[in-house]
Amino acid sequence: MTSSNGSIGSQVTVSIDGQEVSVPEGQTILAACTAAGVETPTICWAPNLTPVNVCRVCVVEVEGSRTLVPACSRPAADGMQISTDSERVRHSRRMVLEFLGSANDLSQAAEIAEWSQHYGADAGRYAAALSDESETAVEIAHVDDPVRVQDDLYIRAYDRCVLCYKCVEACGDDAQHTFAIAVAGRGFDARIRTEYDVELPESACVYCGNCVAVCPTGALQFRTEFDLRAVGEWRPDDQEVTRTVCSYCGVGCNLELHTQDERIVKVTSPADHSVTSGHLCIKGRFGWQYVHAPAFEPPATESAAADSTET
Amino acid sequence: MMAALSVNDANTGAVVVDHPRVVRGGTRRRKQLRHLLLPALHALQREAGWISPGGLNFVGRTLGVPPAEAYGVATFYEMFRTEAPAHELSVRHVCVDPICALAGAARLAENLRSQGHATHEGPCLGQCERAPAVFIQGRREPDRVPDDEHGPDSLLVSVTAGSPDAPSLLRHMLDAPAGSAEAASMEAYRARGGGDALEAALRLGPDEVISQISSSGLSGRGGAAFPTGIKWRAVADGDGPKHVVANIDESEPGTFKDRLLCERDPLAIIESITVAGLVVGAAQGWIYIRGEYPLATQRLRHAIAQARLEGWLGDDAAGSGRPFDIDLRRGAGAYICGEETALFNSLEGYRGEPRNKPPFPTTHGLFGRPTVVNNPETLLNVIEILRIGPEAYRSVGTEDSPGTKLFCLSGHVGRPGLYEAPFGTPLGELLSLAGGVQGTLSAVLLGGAAGSFVGSDALELPLSLEDTRSAGTTLGSGPVMVFNDSADMGSVIERLAKFFSDESCGQCVPCRVGTVRQHEIVTEIRRAGAPTGSQRLLLDDIAGAMGDASICGLGHTAASAVLSGMQLGLLGGDES
Repeated sequence: MTSSNGSIGSQVTVSIDGQEVSVPEGQTILAACTAAGVETPTICWAPNLTPVNVCRVCVVEVEGSRTLVPACSRPAADGMQISTDSERVRHSRRMVLEFLGSANDLSQAAEIAEWSQHYGADAGRYAAALSDESETAVEIAHVDDPVRVQDDLYIRAYDRCVLCYKCVEACGDDAQHTFAIAVAGRGFDARIRTEYDVELPESACVYCGNCVAVCPTGALQFRTEFDLRAVGEWRPDDQEVTRTVCSYCGVGCNLELHTQDERIVKVTSPADHSVTSGHLCIKGRFGWQYVHAPAFEPPATESAAADSTET
Repeated sequence: MMAALSVNDANTGAVVVDHPRVVRGGTRRRKQLRHLLLPALHALQREAGWISPGGLNFVGRTLGVPPAEAYGVATFYEMFRTEAPAHELSVRHVCVDPICALAGAARLAENLRSQGHATHEGPCLGQCERAPAVFIQGRREPDRVPDDEHGPDSLLVSVTAGSPDAPSLLRHMLDAPAGSAEAASMEAYRARGGGDALEAALRLGPDEVISQISSSGLSGRGGAAFPTGIKWRAVADGDGPKHVVANIDESEPGTFKDRLLCERDPLAIIESITVAGLVVGAAQGWIYIRGEYPLATQRLRHAIAQARLEGWLGDDAAGSGRPFDIDLRRGAGAYICGEETALFNSLEGYRGEPRNKPPFPTTHGLFGRPTVVNNPETLLNVIEILRIGPEAYRSVGTEDSPGTKLFCLSGHVGRPGLYEAPFGTPLGELLSLAGGVQGTLSAVLLGGAAGSFVGSDALELPLSLEDTRSAGTTLGSGPVMVFNDSADMGSVIERLAKFFSDESCGQCVPCRVGTVRQHEIVTEIRRAGAPTGSQRLLLDDIAGAMGDASICGLGHTAASAVLSGMQLGLLGGDES
């Protein structure tokens, strides 16, 4: 098996919007864009997952290619002429964002909202184009799925799910190798599901929470965040992030404790951490309640001693 | 199932090789037995009438497939149910795509239902020449097609069959009645020159065969028209285990040619796959045939058995000193699995979601190995090239589209059927050959749902790759669906839009949402009678994004029939 990404030291040079940039051979167009200082929208891409290239919001125009090309997965090749801001690119990016906005609840997807504004995506124009005075007009389809609050650790709100496959990848080949969830169904009706949609405790889920950590839209959400949002108390800007080492075993996973009002509200791990690649287990992810347990009060030794002498 | 395990035989080179992952659905996480998932699900469905949790778990444990993933696969296909049916009946699938709809599919389905049959209305069943089509998915009985048993023989016509020096795929099929044992008999096949191409291929050697294919100008007949010689060359030059796949998952509405080829000349299909395998150096050949083709499946299986007896397949295939064998896999109702990389995933036991290209099948195909995947019509053309040589082959057709093309004529023509004509034959001439248009022509849909409408001003259009391309249309896999002025074209277009939203795999956003929005807008246009300016703009915008940013050909072509129909004024309003 020949592999181009095994060779050491070779660089490829591409042109991005007229600017030449060199990256190591095997790196993607997305990496080249980043190296050139060109920001690229992504939804289904994550630094710690294999690119699935399904959301198509990162498409770029590559000279000689009939269709647009996903930047997240296409390796940069020497001499590529890449446009990231042509009319075609802007059109497709805008349409992808519009499509998602018209089909999903994106109210908790801040990054997608920013890009939608950047590209002028108007998710409302589908409904607008279909409605006239008559009441028989066709209605546009939404992803509808009631929120599932089944345990204390995380919730699932699939009406926010844009089917980026990140949770499936994190649960499967890319991190956990648990394979508790997969995409089921087809087309617009495709959903992330356990087998026969059984509840999580009946599935293979081990509650590592790696799926939650990679979700870009809040479709998967830690219960702490869900509960705080419900009472209007989720304030990311007021949160502090403290890096520490997990205290449970000797592996040495780094944790980022997100705290708000001096209480832990979320635990993540840096995607670039050499031990975790951003992934944790149930203990590191969810086993932090003891931090907030009432302070341990040792038994009063004098009375204890007195008790023992009395018997 | 045991026979299928032979593909892992160490002598023939392991089929399943672990190597680094390129993209999702790419080349990692290959398990030894997972490619048996689809046959196992078929068996469960047939015996139990659905894929029950117990059955799924058993299959998953046996094949090493996690239940959630197996469930994801089972829910991908039209022919599998994951909820218990309320009956013990075989299911009658009735096609509701345009040609069958014109021929009264709705009434037929109603009748079947009132007779107490379990009835399911679904997409094209590949029997457009004898619409409306029914396929019976058996419950504890084999699947069958009623018209195979008591329907009229399908009509086959070849313009080139008369001259022995011209290529003709249908020549031998014209003589043999459809139901005769002739088609399946090795003795009869050898008597009419069957096996000569295989011998010629071995005598000439791989380089010469590939160079003859290249100089013949043969291009793929499945719709993409990729040069066959280039594809075979690339795979022949690859290292390690390789595969050859016959893509017989024809599901394009209006297309039924592959079904007839397999039913009427199954041994020729097997011979041509064997030629491909020995030429490119593959040890394993695969047939992926759509699940709705029980007769063709049965005949191909019989032909494989005959080919093994004849010594074409086995450890010393056709005396080449090299191993080659063929396995057959049935699809389960998913248009997208005709897309070559979706077909690979489906065959490997994954959801039939297309892969991103590159990497291309010639380097990363089935099981991540170099793979030749061809349409059966393409493969039969190879036999013709070996029979008459590339020069004679080029004597028909045009300079840029040499040879003949099979056209599937359906709808409002005098004699629907399968027609073989040289590339470049004008559309009007083809229609005359098929008995002319019944009534006044309204529009012709070339290339099926993924193709485009042309009007009565296109009768002079030469049906070649280059002429259709420059006219902004396509031949696709060869469907020619004819509509006269009695057809409700708005309803035809709405159904085509629905077809794509039903058949989108759901993987990429432009196609998953775009096909649904397109269908909604078309439905609203029909309701209101004519498109508004903002609706036209939206359809154009959707088409642009689907065509530019979708992963595969389904998304790229999902808007072309709708847009071309609107341009012809078939959706009401002024022609744009």
